[in-house]
Amino acid sequence: MKRVLIPNRGEIALRIVGACEELGLESVIAASEPDRDGLAARRADRVVVLGPGPASESYLRDDAIVQAALGTSCDAIHPGYGFLSESPRLARRAREHGITFVGPPTSAIELAGDKLAARFAAERAGAPVLAGGEVTSAAEARRLAAQIGYPVLVKAAGGGGGRGIKLARDGDELDELTGLARAEAAAAFGDDRLYVERLIRRARHVEVQIVADGRGAVIALGERDCSVQRRFQKLIEEAPAPGLPTGLRERLLDCAVSVASAIGYENVGTVEFVLDADREEFFFLEINCRIQVEHPVTEAVTGRDLVALQLQIADERPLGFTQADVESTGHAVECRLNAEDVTKGFMPSPGRLSIFAVPDLRGLRVDTHCFAGATIPPYYDSLMAKLIAHGDDRDRAIEVLLRALEGLDVEGVETNRTLLTAVLGHPDFRAGAVTTDWLREAVL
Amino acid sequence: MALSHDDVREILRLIDESDVDELLVETEGFSLHVVRRGAAASDGDAPTREGDGGARVEEPSADRAADELLTVPSPMLGTFYRAESPGAAPFVEIGADVEPDTTVCIIEVMKMMNSVAAGVTGTVVEICPRSGELVEYGAPLLRLRPR
Repeated sequence: MKRVLIPNRGEIALRIVGACEELGLESVIAASEPDRDGLAARRADRVVVLGPGPASESYLRDDAIVQAALGTSCDAIHPGYGFLSESPRLARRAREHGITFVGPPTSAIELAGDKLAARFAAERAGAPVLAGGEVTSAAEARRLAAQIGYPVLVKAAGGGGGRGIKLARDGDELDELTGLARAEAAAAFGDDRLYVERLIRRARHVEVQIVADGRGAVIALGERDCSVQRRFQKLIEEAPAPGLPTGLRERLLDCAVSVASAIGYENVGTVEFVLDADREEFFFLEINCRIQVEHPVTEAVTGRDLVALQLQIADERPLGFTQADVESTGHAVECRLNAEDVTKGFMPSPGRLSIFAVPDLRGLRVDTHCFAGATIPPYYDSLMAKLIAHGDDRDRAIEVLLRALEGLDVEGVETNRTLLTAVLGHPDFRAGAVTTDWLREAVL
Repeated sequence: MALSHDDVREILRLIDESDVDELLVETEGFSLHVVRRGAAASDGDAPTREGDGGARVEEPSADRAADELLTVPSPMLGTFYRAESPGAAPFVEIGADVEPDTTVCIIEVMKMMNSVAAGVTGTVVEICPRSGELVEYGAPLLRLRPR
């Protein structure tokens, strides 16, 4: 592997360029037109413009991306997260042209993308799954929900990442939802299959970072807690998950390794679980085939560069460590600074940044593509920066983040800074783990 | 009724999925005029902002350069070909007169051949990329002297 095409933008594109530099690889950013002068494009060895601003005409064009890789003599594509990062189509197309796709085998991407098939595969691998199953009619949904007990979640098989999920509190709501959910799933994912799952009332979102070298080694790099969420979208993540009993933690990591091994997973990935906060029980949710937004908290506590590992594994280089070598030091917390107006229903707030400065603090890492003068275009997600603090303990990490947010200087767009500060300073959050409903109930 | 960002996105999505080339939405204090890329606007002075969420009025596919030459930009990323097939005569040579619908080159994206029309009337003074070269979206393909 010599030259890597990065069809992505924002902080993750910059992060991948950095990993390429570390490994002595050249990088080519494949950007949309408004991103052609972005930080990642400036720092990469080359930039090619895929198409105009809308993602459907640039970052989501697998044909243009593979053509760009061929035309710039790239021998690998690192897709980052979002866009086509979990697209079997891009992976297959790249591989057909002899280009390394930095990710798991196409079969694993396909399996993971089908949430219902992934659920079956996890169950076969011995992972606990939530009571539930596929439903093909409203009547069937009602029968299954009556067995499970309300409330239930109606999920799209083609969804994932918090998309395509609806809550039904009783039979009438379920009746109303299933038709709508099916139509929406067909429109959004091109797959109208639905399944119903039991809702854990007091749930924590805990996920396990997996590294698999394709030679049989499947290693767990610890877990992350991502329970501070709004509408299934993560806001604050941390590693390790606070307050997990040792036995439970070990079972969770073992389970993730079993699932990843069973499906022939290779490269870096994540197995997500829902944890019942009232009982020591966890259930498989889904497998993510990409680098995750929140990967830096795992990097902070384990000292491993996950993006470099992705490239190394894809290049068939040895991992150089085993499960026994994995250590975790201290505690890391990440918060996502978004360009959005919290007071107006979290409306995205694109615009030009007249000021952008983050204080330089010990223990603070900032992953961002923002700078004074940069424009946040209206086409993409609103993530501006990830602030990651690593400290000897959780309190210390939170303190660093609070100081970072206090010292942050942003002008030109609205941000969610006040909300992040409120969460990080909240007595419930300071006391330890919260549940996925907590943000809505206690803060918003 | 005020339209939110999400509403606009939803409208754009609906248009994307339909065969509609042009749409005008007017509510109190708000008007949205969307023209699909490549479609001719029925009303040349439609008031939308350039560079806004796909909702823009397309200028003709060539713009007037400072030196009075017109540039034909690449409508997509792909491989530039001057001729239909290897050995065939190029679509245009320097000095050729072109009309807006004259095919000037082909851009190949994953075996899909997309012919590119000049979009303007003029005389070819420069052919920018070499045949077989990767061109980016927006890269200059030809420069023309207006006629």
